[in-house]
Amino acid sequence: MKILIVDDFSTMRRIIKNLLRDLGFTNTAEADDGVTALPMLQSGSFDFLVTDWNMPGMSGIDLLRAVRADERLKGMPVLMVTAEAKRDQIIEAAQAGVNGYVVKPFTAQVLKEKIEKIFERVNG
Amino acid sequence: MEYQDSSKAGFESALKLNASQLVDSLEKGDIGEAVQLINELNKTRDRGLFHEVGKLTRELHNAIVNFKLDPRLPHASEVSQIADATERLNYVVTMTEKAANRTMDLVELSSPLVTQVSTEAQTLSEDWGRFMRREMDADGFRELTRRIEQFLARTAQDGAAVSGHLNDILLAQDYQDLTGQVIKRVTQLVTEVESNLLNLMLMASRVDRFAGIEHGEISGSEKAHKEKSASHGEGPQIHADKLDDVASCQDDVDDLLSSLGF
Repeated sequence: MKILIVDDFSTMRRIIKNLLRDLGFTNTAEADDGVTALPMLQSGSFDFLVTDWNMPGMSGIDLLRAVRADERLKGMPVLMVTAEAKRDQIIEAAQAGVNGYVVKPFTAQVLKEKIEKIFERVNG
Repeated sequence: MEYQDSSKAGFESALKLNASQLVDSLEKGDIGEAVQLINELNKTRDRGLFHEVGKLTRELHNAIVNFKLDPRLPHASEVSQIADATERLNYVVTMTEKAANRTMDLVELSSPLVTQVSTEAQTLSEDWGRFMRREMDADGFRELTRRIEQFLARTAQDGAAVSGHLNDILLAQDYQDLTGQVIKRVTQLVTEVESNLLNLMLMASRVDRFAGIEHGEISGSEKAHKEKSASHGEGPQIHADKLDDVASCQDDVDDLLSSLGF
């Protein structure tokens, strides 16, 4: 299981990376926005994408849309971990095809639940 | 302020007085006097206008001096307060990032030590159980005592290291004090700038009154342009619990998503 973590703040990437490691996911890579993330996704063999929303360059929602529009990537599960909490935005993300939505600040427990739920669905 | 009002009142009473005299002289057919009165009216208005424009200019100048925005001013070597505030906020970003990384470094150093102690204690406790149940021979026991001795020595050592790390984690939180002070100062500056701008706006509105200028409302398209598109993101919601269109916690998000069929 290879996971790409996309967030413009290195500390947040590190926190997510550590939490994922505790959950048993040790194979992770990082990108600081959609512009760097998309080519990585297209060339690397990633199985799962965790992305922030608000980033310079290409935002998380645009990255999500780009992933869904890409023939080879469109089935990839995407978890949004973001401070954006407006109802309209959550609905927008849902319509764009997000698989899970976690609002910051979050707990390790919440992240674990959402990831497990996503894999249950994907495998089930 | 009082002088402002009195000058405005003076203008208005002069306007009324001259207007009625103007009507009188027009009715009398005295065109010469009427023209004279119109000139008088114009002069009063111009005086008021010049006075207000003068004051607005002075205020603008003060504002520029206060914010040290003009690079040609003698103390331009000092940075403007706005540039200074930007720098201060950048400092806050750096400080918080450094503290977060330092804390995570220390946690990453500590957790393997704690995990090791706990795993080793578990194995030892199992072996100790075997000894207590007399399931261990003399050689096994000698081996066990050797391991217990090592474990105790290592626990003491690792315990001291972890406690040192915890102490350093505590110290890494000192950024809160420094960044708090910086943010308070910047907040103060923003409030000052706002009240100064408000003053300038009031001054400008007086000029508008004398000049008879009226500003239209901001047009719909401009307003729509000003409203941020949600796709660009807004950052953390500060008063999420008080806003209706914001999910205040993860449960709200989950409810919303499940209502959408997730």
